[in-house]
Amino acid sequence: MSSLSFLGPRHMARTLGRRKFWEVVLLVGFLLVFYGPLLYTLVLAFAGQYTYPDILPKTWSLQWWKYVLKQPALIKSMVYSFEFAICSVLLSLAVCLPAAYVLARYKFTGRRLIMFTFLIGNAFPKIGMYTSMGIIYYKVGLMGTFLGVLLVHMLGSMMQMIWLPAGAFRSVPVQQEEAARDAGAGPLRTFFYVTLPMAWPGIAVACMFAFIGSLGESVGTLMVGLPTYRTMMVEMYGVILDYPATAGAVFSILLIMPNLLLILVMRKYIGADTISKGYKMG
Amino acid sequence: MDETIKLEIRNMTKLYKNGDGVKNINLKVRKGELMTLLGPSGCGKTTILRTIGGFLQCNAGEILIDGKNIVAMPPEKRPTAMVFQSYNLWPHMTVYDNLAFGLKLRKIPKPEIAERIADALKLVKMEGMEKKYPNQMSGGQQQRVAIARSLLLKPEVLLLDEPFSALDAKIRMQMREELRKIQTDLDITVVFVTHDQEEAMALSDVTVVMNKGSVEQIGSPYEIYHHPASRYVADFIGEMNFIEAKLGVHTAIRPENITVRKGPGGDLDGTVRNIMMLGHYTEMIVDTELGLIKAFLSGGEAEEFVRGEAVSLYFSETKEFSE
Repeated sequence: MSSLSFLGPRHMARTLGRRKFWEVVLLVGFLLVFYGPLLYTLVLAFAGQYTYPDILPKTWSLQWWKYVLKQPALIKSMVYSFEFAICSVLLSLAVCLPAAYVLARYKFTGRRLIMFTFLIGNAFPKIGMYTSMGIIYYKVGLMGTFLGVLLVHMLGSMMQMIWLPAGAFRSVPVQQEEAARDAGAGPLRTFFYVTLPMAWPGIAVACMFAFIGSLGESVGTLMVGLPTYRTMMVEMYGVILDYPATAGAVFSILLIMPNLLLILVMRKYIGADTISKGYKMG
Repeated sequence: MDETIKLEIRNMTKLYKNGDGVKNINLKVRKGELMTLLGPSGCGKTTILRTIGGFLQCNAGEILIDGKNIVAMPPEKRPTAMVFQSYNLWPHMTVYDNLAFGLKLRKIPKPEIAERIADALKLVKMEGMEKKYPNQMSGGQQQRVAIARSLLLKPEVLLLDEPFSALDAKIRMQMREELRKIQTDLDITVVFVTHDQEEAMALSDVTVVMNKGSVEQIGSPYEIYHHPASRYVADFIGEMNFIEAKLGVHTAIRPENITVRKGPGGDLDGTVRNIMMLGHYTEMIVDTELGLIKAFLSGGEAEEFVRGEAVSLYFSETKEFSE
């Protein structure tokens, strides 16, 4: 027993120094709070035989993966989720990029006010906005339609899709656009060959946030999309209630994976610089 | 030099919302001529250049190239090419792609593009830099590539907007000489904007001195230096002493046109306030009853004088401006 006494908190405190010791304790606590649930989900998803009070399962298996991937409703929900995510990003690009460009390049009265109104959209509780959207949707017949859900998803990322690209466009020196015009390129060609490639990092980050946001959207989809458009997030509610916890774990990993993958791919673009440039009223 | 007029600006006015801008500008640039627009910042020289390039719309007047009015054309349709002060090159493209951009738009076959780019890079002494990205080059190198890119467009008029002002002094001098050589070799018409009078003097066939949105004087560097048309030009170009001998009349004398002798009896007498050795010449400040006068002496001459000594000044070339 005495040989293991170095593991005791008293001994550790002595070797690390009091301050360091509390730092380590804080870090471990932090990691547990942050990654504990994620780790547990991961363990759960690959568990075979897993009974209380074991910390790790007795056997590992992919049985729950097979189970989940055989549920037609769940597969369908994944397809919907990605359809909405891809379509909402593309449509947002088409709508927001020109708006962002105008806000970045042209000085007109009311420009700041317009930038500000996009902020206000984020200040309301979402549910209130969805309710009022729902009322309008019933009137114009958008309830339960693909377009209706798509608009809800776009609304969620509108601010980022305008602010971040506007910041990115603003950081492209005007001379570089002028040089392209000078070399014989029209306004459109200048935009696609010079402005867009140079602003791309900021735009890509905005797209990533929009994509992740769309995958994670649940409340609005639930209100507008039911009964047809059940995305993964919507199905998740049912999965938690109706399926065993292990199936839920598999499903949540399926939900996390695309986000994780995106962040990994985009990590060189995601920087304090890109993001702070975007959130300037300028 | 060819006498045909390449570029003509007629009664051009461009005013900004805040009232700044240029009014009633009339300029003629002959083929193969290098004209500098010189003046302090805010005098409107860049405004004129940008209206020629098509980046600003003028409120009134005409801009003619080879007799054709280009005022209504967008920049991409104008037979001009512009080199900016900075941020010329596109950072996401290699030097080759930067140079090829305009040529591709003109549907020139690939082998010819490569050939022309090699020639252009040779012209600006940047051979073998095709694969470099702009951020891998110094400021001077980037400006060389920018000039090459503009030359590749074979413009009728080449426009340069303070292209060397961000570079350090030594490189600036070198670039200036090379630009002048390229310009005369290729016989191209150039409008060059600068706030640096030395640069303007060294480069120009014709200099346009500007002040607050209008033209003060147009002439060769010699004319402008030796026969300034206004007090403003006399003051702006080179060093100048102003003496108010009669009320309202200012006599202007360049420091190099003053001879200093010991004792009284000159055009103006005074005492030596300060003597500063500035390399190949010496600057002497003389305290007179009409104010401080600056004189340039050769190194040897200055040796004879000491501070506080009574001296007489003799003026060899003066010019009078009345208020």
